[in-house]
Amino acid sequence: MVFIVRRLIASIPVLLGVTIIAFLLIHMVPGDPAQIMLFGSNATPEQLAALHRQLGLDLPLWRQYADFIGQLLHGDLGTSYATHNSVAHELVSRAPSTLQLTGSAMLIAVVIGVPLGLIGGFRPNSIWDSISRVIAFIGVAVPYFFLALLLVLIFAIQLDVLPAIDNGTPAALVLPAISLGWGYAAILTRLVRGRVIEEYNSDYVKSARARGCSEARVLLGHVFRNSAIPAITMLGLQFGNILTGAAVSEVIFGRPGVGSFLANSITNKNVPVVQGAVVLIGVAYIVINLVVDLVVGAVDPRARVAGATA
Amino acid sequence: MTITAVAAEVRAQRHFQGTVRRRVTSIVMIVIILAFAAVLVMPGLIAHTSPLDNGMDLLAAPSAHHPFGTDQLGRDIYARVIFGARPVLTASLLGVLLASLAGVTVGTIGGIAPRWISTVVMRIVDMLLALPVLLIALILIATIGTGLWSIVIALGVAYTPGFARIVEASIRKLRAIEFVQAARIFGSGGVQITIRHLLPNLITEVIVMASSAIGWATLTATTLSFLGLGVQLPNPDWGSDLAAGATSLSTNWWLPTFPGLAITVTILVANYAGDWMMDLLDPRRTRSHARFRFLRGIGHTMPAATNASAASEGVPGMAGPAREAAPQTSSSTASERQS
Repeated sequence: MVFIVRRLIASIPVLLGVTIIAFLLIHMVPGDPAQIMLFGSNATPEQLAALHRQLGLDLPLWRQYADFIGQLLHGDLGTSYATHNSVAHELVSRAPSTLQLTGSAMLIAVVIGVPLGLIGGFRPNSIWDSISRVIAFIGVAVPYFFLALLLVLIFAIQLDVLPAIDNGTPAALVLPAISLGWGYAAILTRLVRGRVIEEYNSDYVKSARARGCSEARVLLGHVFRNSAIPAITMLGLQFGNILTGAAVSEVIFGRPGVGSFLANSITNKNVPVVQGAVVLIGVAYIVINLVVDLVVGAVDPRARVAGATA
Repeated sequence: MTITAVAAEVRAQRHFQGTVRRRVTSIVMIVIILAFAAVLVMPGLIAHTSPLDNGMDLLAAPSAHHPFGTDQLGRDIYARVIFGARPVLTASLLGVLLASLAGVTVGTIGGIAPRWISTVVMRIVDMLLALPVLLIALILIATIGTGLWSIVIALGVAYTPGFARIVEASIRKLRAIEFVQAARIFGSGGVQITIRHLLPNLITEVIVMASSAIGWATLTATTLSFLGLGVQLPNPDWGSDLAAGATSLSTNWWLPTFPGLAITVTILVANYAGDWMMDLLDPRRTRSHARFRFLRGIGHTMPAATNASAASEGVPGMAGPAREAAPQTSSSTASERQS
């Protein structure tokens, strides 16, 4: 319990920092926000000044930040310059698509990466180890957006078994998830393989063998459990990168998610949307890592002590 | 022949094989790096046509005349791939250089400044580490506009926190070592200790870190130009050429494939160069896999995760600076809390 509370307190400064960055964006992006909003409407200086007051841009910076936080706490992320709709509403309606892709990519990473690492570590330098290394190798070297195109070329165009463009079915998720998850699968393979090799040399494995445990029990019951913990942590740390990777994949596969929305907003200087997306991604990252730490703490009592010192 | 003599001979032979392999690797690596340097410095020598020349053959498949085919405007893809290396390599090399310089500066401040300054600085670093690299880069590009130099700056800033975290941890570790303590006792000031004792001991580590970051930086740089935020068409660039060719994937596969392969090969070479550099600079380590090191380094920087990922470092022969740094980070934060 103390561990959970400490962990929560530790994430507050990061959360504040993310909101500060998001808040400052509106002042860092060149150009007057009021002017961008009234673009093309031949606004008079009086109208501009009125909009400034309405947006609170004439207030001191700290007041503006306080207002920004106040709005955030009410779930208000401002209105989009382009559509004049609520940014929170637009982001929330797009979030499920992005989270689906992120989640499936993480699933793919675990499903491919962990077994390959187990096999590789179980019999190092065997033929299975070599195969798992080749698969991991492809994942590291081939950029996911290129892998996506290659998969589309093979499975959507040549074989015509999976859709290349999002049509709302689960099948449309397969290619984006594999192309995005493969690279992280490679990282997991490497990590789990190294851990398995190390765990096999540890005393508790010797004692398990001495007690007469079968090899399968040693691998799955003892070694696997201890090797999986860093894999969970690594995946949590990579969550933010997978999320932004999902954003790029959305552009490739024509999925209507947060990513393609964010990419468009960056090119159009639609600052409120960028702010909202920054806050959303930052919060998602913090929450996921919190969950990961709690899961690791639940699985591995040693981590609770370490978490308390951090 | 006695058993010991056989054993000695086997050992000598293994040692010899190891040396030979290391030399061969070095020669191959140097040749590849020189090839990349040639492409970077004088692409005109390797590709004889201009990447902007509109030829007569439109959308020609790869042939003897156009080894990689041509695009909609009859431009030679081979020439575009060769000339497209320049923006990608410039962005990733300069970006990493910028990040390592900034990271060493910030990390040194975090390591030697008075406690309240270093706490503030490292909290900011932690906060930036919580944001994905690509998001930081995108935010910066939204602020400063698109283009090659924006990508360089974006990469530089986005990778700085990773360097800063590791440098700070190493500095704290070095400060506890006897020779630095001795220098302090003999009256050296903070600046003198930093310049004469701390920074020289960081050089190897920073070079290794930088060389393993280049692969990731290449991936980020091409992602950004893939999104249309870098070099603008018609100028050649692997990322934007890949994006432009992606739409005609089903009819003209060679358009996106060759720029994509170029990116893949570059990332591969960067990763192997990182491994090679590490073997060269720190031969005690047998096989170190630099390509995963940089990520691990970032892993260490999240305080709560430190223990779990530090334990994950325990692959035989993989004890590295990042691993040793990890307990240091957590213990330093622990001592801050106590005091």
